[in-house]
Order: sequence, then structure tokens, then C-alpha cells
Amino acid sequence: MAAVSPLLQTTGLQKAFGGLQAVRSVDFRLDRGEIRAIIGPNGAGKTTFVSMISGRISPTSGTVRFGGRDITRVPAYDRVALGIVYTFQIISIFRNLTVFENVALAAQRRLTTDLASALSMSRRAVAERVNTALVDVGLRDAQDQHAGSLPHGHQRLLEVAMALALEPQVLILDEPTQGLSPDEIVGLVALIRSISRNATILLIEHNMQVVLELSRRITVMDQGSIIAEGTPHEIEANPDVQRVYLGR
Amino acid sequence: MNGTRGRPALLLHLMILVALLGLQFVLPPFHHGMTARIMVLATYAIGYNILLGYTGLMSLGHAMLFGTGMYATGLAVFYLEFGAAGALLVGIVASILHSAVIGLVTLRTTGVAFLIVTMMFAQVFYLSLLYFNRVTGGDQGFILTGHLQPLHLGGLQFAFSDPAVKYNVALATFAVCLLLSLWFVRSPAGRVLVAIRDNEGRTRMLGYNTFKYKLLALVVSGGISGAAGSAYTLLFSYVGATFASILYSIYPLLWTLLGGAGTTIGPLVGTSLMTYLVDTASEWTRSYLIVVGLTLVILIMKLPTGIMGGVRARWWKWLP
Repeated sequence: MAAVSPLLQTTGLQKAFGGLQAVRSVDFRLDRGEIRAIIGPNGAGKTTFVSMISGRISPTSGTVRFGGRDITRVPAYDRVALGIVYTFQIISIFRNLTVFENVALAAQRRLTTDLASALSMSRRAVAERVNTALVDVGLRDAQDQHAGSLPHGHQRLLEVAMALALEPQVLILDEPTQGLSPDEIVGLVALIRSISRNATILLIEHNMQVVLELSRRITVMDQGSIIAEGTPHEIEANPDVQRVYLGR
Repeated sequence: MNGTRGRPALLLHLMILVALLGLQFVLPPFHHGMTARIMVLATYAIGYNILLGYTGLMSLGHAMLFGTGMYATGLAVFYLEFGAAGALLVGIVASILHSAVIGLVTLRTTGVAFLIVTMMFAQVFYLSLLYFNRVTGGDQGFILTGHLQPLHLGGLQFAFSDPAVKYNVALATFAVCLLLSLWFVRSPAGRVLVAIRDNEGRTRMLGYNTFKYKLLALVVSGGISGAAGSAYTLLFSYVGATFASILYSIYPLLWTLLGGAGTTIGPLVGTSLMTYLVDTASEWTRSYLIVVGLTLVILIMKLPTGIMGGVRARWWKWLP
């Protein structure tokens, strides 16, 4: 395992908002095929950290490497093309478009290579990709509905379908179970597990049951730093974690 | 989107064009000329609508792009003795280049800042036309009569002073630009523009370089607006700085909002209504702009999405 070069690696990654050190010098590595959970109390810097990986936020200092390449200065939209896909903590879909159109926007990105393809591409190729993504998340029957009219849980699934249509190598899921019912959580966990067969997953999650079910490795953040990393068993036994996170 | 949904829309657009083609045989001379003018101005609004209606960018500087088409064509005919087709091409190319340059600077801004920056550039353009009056004719402008040769098509000659030629050239310009805009807004790139309009941050996280897409929208918008300006000059044989003034930046905004921003046929509806409204109101009173303003206020209050926007919300959901 140690000999394999990591899929994603950050070195000394740091972000300050004015005087606030949101993320302080984080060294992190993620191997291909993992489902890695990042946990930590509110304000630990988890979302800021993954936002620097996805490129939504640029770091104050430090580097991000993906597949061995330094992508620190690569803009967010190009990182998506490289395969780093982010799904939003707060559901962010195009409410006025239909479910199909939402996913089609993601699917057509994969088929866009130049100006000519942006102006004209095979509708069938797009539709096939949309269909696959919608079947995967179980929203095939809702494809003509307006996204804004879907129930909350389905909007979350739509967000995941959009991510899938982008064919991610690394899928960053930012609190995906937030606001879902217990039944919906069970479904989403199964979905994430099936996605992980083709993609590496970075999961920010508060629901410990979900974390324990999905991840073999857990990273714990507190006050902008990684304070522990290891198997669920190691994490539970870690005194630092117990102190700041599990509140014992 | 799923194949069959495009058909009623295409049919509607073709029916409108056929209706406009037929209309010239029944219209009395005054309305015949008026319709020709409306079609050219509606083409301008179609260009404007690409940016406002489909990309969500409100410009107050489009008169500069309309004016670029007009002046490039006019100057090419006046000084270089270009024929109509060549001069039209010059107008379109000039306005496309102008849009690209303006876009590289102004698209760093959004919202109100974009509105103001585009307006400032348009004022610079307008004032330059006045300043270089030895070439441009200043606020008097210049006429092309005597310089513009009739159009030769397969051995036939068409003089632009002939109303029938005027009408059909206007119709051809309008038809090409209408169908171009229909195709463009339904293309993959057009869907991305709508996504940018609704949520630019999200669109970027779907992997789109939104700056490039907005630049594309501005160039298409400017190219169509310039084509309209160019056609206007050829048909009415006149080039004037008025057409590059702020008023001609506000007009397409009003036409588009009235007809329905973000609908392909809204510009035609809005331009027709406003043009006839101005005409009718000016028969009653010299302060006709009050009537125009009041009508607009009422329409915007009752139909904030414009006429065709309302039609789409209520009946024709498939309207592009």
C-alpha cells in the first residue's frame, strides 16, 4: 500500500479567512478505491478542506496533487474534467429545469471537447448517459418532473445522479444524508457503496452509523487540523478523538 | 429535449416566417414598410435576448454593437464602394470582433457592474462617432443613396429602394437570425447558458468554464445585433449616430422584456407591439413616451415574464 502513489495528496494545505485559520497545514492522502470518511465537530474545517480539493476555494498556501500532478492552480471547472466531482452540502440543483435536463447538463460536459461539440452533439449519447445515471439512483420515473418539485430526498439523489453523469474518479460527498429519513439513508448508503466500485469516495458525514458502515478508514479533523486517522476501531480508541469529538 | 419536444417549436417558428412572407401581399403600403422595419429591429432584439434572456446578462451597451454593424457596413459602402453582400459581411465580422474584445473586458463583471461597464463602453463608442465627424458624418450621419449598387442575384437586379426588396431582405435577415437563435439556445451550449443564468457557481462545478460560455453568448448576441444594424443601413440607406446612442441600447431591452426575455419569439412580439404603440401614441400626443411608459409599467406588473413568458407559463410549456 505504501509503495502505491496516492490518487490524491495534499501537502501543508492551509486556508485563512482574515484572522481565522479555517484549515491549518493539512497533509492528507487518499488512495484509489477508498471510501474515506472525514468527521469532526462543526467548524472543524472539513468543508473548507474539501473545497480546496475541488477548487471552489483556493488555498492560502500548500499544494494539492491529483494522480501525481500538481493541481493547486487548476481552476475548479478543469478539476471536474480531470475527475474531481463535488456534491454540495446544501442541495444545489437547477430547480426550474426538469430532472432529465439537470443530469443532461452534467452528461453533456463529458461529451464536450471543443466549440463544435459544445454547439452540436449526439442527443442520444447524452440521453443514454442521463438514463444510466437516473437508473443508478432510482429516479428514472421522475425524469420529466421539475427538479424543484421533487421531495428533499429525491433532490439529494438528483444531486448524486448529476455527479455520476460527470463520471468522477474522486467523488466528494458533503454531508449527503443531511435531512434524509432513516429509510432514505439506507438506500443512499447502498448507492454510495455501489458507486465506490468505480470511484474513490471522500465523504464528510456526521452520522456515525453511516460512517462505520461505509469506511474502513476515517480522518478526524478539529480546529482546522487532522487530529487522527485510522480504522474505525483505532479512531474509537483514540483518546484525542474521544475528548474533542465523541465528548467522553 | 427528448426528441419530440422540439417539433411544435420548430413548426411554430416556420409558421411565423410563412405568415410574414404572406403578409407582404395583403398589407397596405404604410404597414408594409413598418413591418419591414420591425423585422430588422426584431432581429436586433433577438441578438439582445441571447444575452439577457438566455444568459442572464443585462447590457446597456448593445447600441454599440448595432452601431458597429451599421457603421462598418455604411463606411464600406460609402468609402470603399462595397456591394451589399460584401458590406453586410464586413458589418457582421466587425461586430463579432467588437463583441469579443468588449466581452474580454466587461465579462469580468456581472449584474449591475456589467450593465454600467457596457454602457460606458457604448458611450465611448458613441462619442467617438461624433468626435471623428469627418469620417462618420457626426450626428448628421451620411446617406448611402448613389453609393449602394443594386443587389445582383442570378442575373436579376434588386434595388433596395424597392419596397418589395426591402421587405424580403428584412425578412431573410430576420428568418436567418430567428432560426439561428432557436438552434443556438437549444444546442448544448445554449443549455449551459441557461444554467449559468440560473446558477453560475453550480454550473462551474459541473465543469464548465463559464467565462468562455458567456463570451460565446456575447459574440453570438453581438453578431446578430450587428447583422441587424448592417441590414438596417442597407435597407434605409442611412447611417446615423442616433442608432449608437443610449436610447438604442434601451430599446432592445424594452422590446425583449415586453415580448418575453428568454423566449425565442418574444423579441418579435415585443418589437412589433412597442413600434406600433409608439406610432399610435404619437398620433394622439407629442409626449407619447408617457403612454409608452405607462403601458410598460402595466405590462411588467401584470406579466413580469413578458408576453410570451406568460404564454409559456400558462399554455405552451414547450416554447423555447
